[in-house]
Amino acid sequence: MDFTFSDDQLSFREAISRFLMTEAAPEMLREIWDTDAGRSPDLRSKIAAQGLTALSVPEAEGGLGMDDVAWALMTQELGYYAIPDSLADTAYVAAGLLAGLPADHPARARLLPRIADGSVRLAIGHPVNPLVSDAQLAEVLILLDGDAVHAVPRAEVDVEANPSIDASRRLGRVSWQGTAATLLIDGEQGRKLQAQLLDRGALSVAGQLLGLAQRMLDLSVDYVAQRKQFGKPIGSFQAVKHHLADVARQIEQAKPVLYRAAHGLARGDASAGRWVSQARLACCEASWLAARKGIQVHGAMGYTWEVDLQMFMKRAWSLDAAWGDRGFHKSRVGDYLFAAGARLGPGHTFED
Amino acid sequence: MELTYTPEQIAFRAEVRAWLKDNLPRQPLASYDTREGFEQHRAWEAKLFDSRLSMVMWPAELGGRGCGLIEWLIFEEEYYGAGAPMRVNQNGQLLLGPTLMEFGTEQQKQRFLPRMAASLDMWAQGWSEPNAGSDMAAITSKAVLEGDHYVLNGQKTWSTRAIFADWLFGLFRSEPGSSRHHGLSFLMVPLDAPGVSIRPIKALNGKDAFAEVFFDDVRVPVDNRIGAQGEGWHVAMATAGFERGLLLRSPARFQYTARKLVELYLAHQASADRDPGLRDAVQDCWMGAEAYALSAYHTVGRLSQGAQIGAESSINKIIWSELDLKMHDTAMRLLGARGELLAGAPAAGDAAGWLEGFLFAQSGPIYAGTNEIQRNIIAERMLGLPK
Repeated sequence: MDFTFSDDQLSFREAISRFLMTEAAPEMLREIWDTDAGRSPDLRSKIAAQGLTALSVPEAEGGLGMDDVAWALMTQELGYYAIPDSLADTAYVAAGLLAGLPADHPARARLLPRIADGSVRLAIGHPVNPLVSDAQLAEVLILLDGDAVHAVPRAEVDVEANPSIDASRRLGRVSWQGTAATLLIDGEQGRKLQAQLLDRGALSVAGQLLGLAQRMLDLSVDYVAQRKQFGKPIGSFQAVKHHLADVARQIEQAKPVLYRAAHGLARGDASAGRWVSQARLACCEASWLAARKGIQVHGAMGYTWEVDLQMFMKRAWSLDAAWGDRGFHKSRVGDYLFAAGARLGPGHTFED
Repeated sequence: MELTYTPEQIAFRAEVRAWLKDNLPRQPLASYDTREGFEQHRAWEAKLFDSRLSMVMWPAELGGRGCGLIEWLIFEEEYYGAGAPMRVNQNGQLLLGPTLMEFGTEQQKQRFLPRMAASLDMWAQGWSEPNAGSDMAAITSKAVLEGDHYVLNGQKTWSTRAIFADWLFGLFRSEPGSSRHHGLSFLMVPLDAPGVSIRPIKALNGKDAFAEVFFDDVRVPVDNRIGAQGEGWHVAMATAGFERGLLLRSPARFQYTARKLVELYLAHQASADRDPGLRDAVQDCWMGAEAYALSAYHTVGRLSQGAQIGAESSINKIIWSELDLKMHDTAMRLLGARGELLAGAPAAGDAAGWLEGFLFAQSGPIYAGTNEIQRNIIAERMLGLPK
């Protein structure tokens, strides 16, 4: 029983964090979002150079072969720096799906090395998401039809743009027709990969939400420490302190729930889906509260376009229902909890 | 990260489970807030100690088994999962015990810890005073050094089960003219010493659950001081950390309550579902208990890597106290009009037990430092906000 991260995992996170701090500053993100594409090939290739896009690509295909546990740290960094959707969708969620294909499947060699070197953008459609993020820009879309999983070239998909309040989102409604040429896998294997795809998508969002919550907390702490009223920093008032202490508590409480889910997913545990949903709900609570308390302690400044809080707040609101809304995740937990024979109570926490 | 138990840990769990199955009291013990119940619980503690199960993580020479923290969590899971009695000597075993391990002399450890593990000595706390509650540094009870003794005068209050206990530990002002957290000493006082008088305070449940303790020229040997003279605040903060943190309120008892809550909901689902919020509340409680358990394992892992918990123990305290409150609030809503019935009431049925827990849950956000104080600590020490 060792519920900790390895030094390698922690130092990789630290390196990525330092990198994003300088390369993905809020003012730079704002500039990128003002463009039609909303994405910067330059930032993307710099991120690839750091090894992030290679993280879960198997070593045989040119990647680092790390798993969901490492991503539980990395997705928090992506959230903290509000990195747009397609990076995690490509490098984590889609790479996970492709790495789950049979070893001799031709799509592996076609796509995995290019994910690792950062030269391909993928977008993923799933029935829990009515729209596909980054569909417009993707080279290939992973799309589901019944138990089949398809990899469809962008040229074969119609995309209708749907603007979001989160200026970093590029959502599209897609229409497409699968063909024998686009089919990746179907049947029992297709269903299994689809289930993992959903869990990975949901967990990716969970980690990002937690990172967003931390960013909003940090921005709020900075603001209340320097903003003065009644002759002192407003952060010295208990009413303000307690708002932010509650946010810190929700964040700390959600972390181990996220990590247990990541570990279960990496091992392919049967309970992984329920654990992912618990993680999602805990992380949703943390980021929703961080947004609410964040804008409250920023006062009117929090309601402006100018102050950076809005960037992270809107992203948190948008991601809250991505890859399964709270109702979806609550039902997955409730279906287990209230069923006959559920193993509850002390001693069953890590039982698969 | 490896979230499976070792074969030794699995065997330890089986041993504890089997022992509890063979040894659990057949009848529930009387409340430990009564004299009768207190002594029943002391006898139960002696039985645990005889099998070296009262303090599994203490070294063998001090009455334990030298287990690690994971084994301790396993023990707690089996213990509370079996519905075993509450731990009557927790103030000693879980608060003073670790304090002595960290700050006590070898002689003090030998003298106090084995007797504490066996519950031959039962311990009460002496922190709060009538004018020093949340503001504990306002303590005025005095300890004047005379030769090799301190002479104690003053008053402590809210001292849990002190009328039944044998010893008290707490903070006394030993430097004349000192103020706030300076000049305090951490002392251990036998409650049968001449000059000690104890007046029970009836709690919400009608029982003498806590007490006021008066000191009138009470002589205590200098050997009963933990840490240096005047450095008691530092020692007390460590004790408070144990109280707020993992040790006093391990997750297992909350997971046990959460399981019972799910069972209560299922037994009354038809009436419960008239209130659409109840199912959600039950699920939230259960997820909250699971999250607390996960955080305990994560913390134990980080401690083993050399991390310090520090102000995080304040987060812990808020989590367990508010979770306990929410679980019992939800149970009362599920029970509806039967919720008010005392355990012995003929119509109480499965309401029995929840009411007592509901009352006790009201104290959670108050004792061990109010949750307002905990939020201040989180804001100032974790987030770095100005005082």
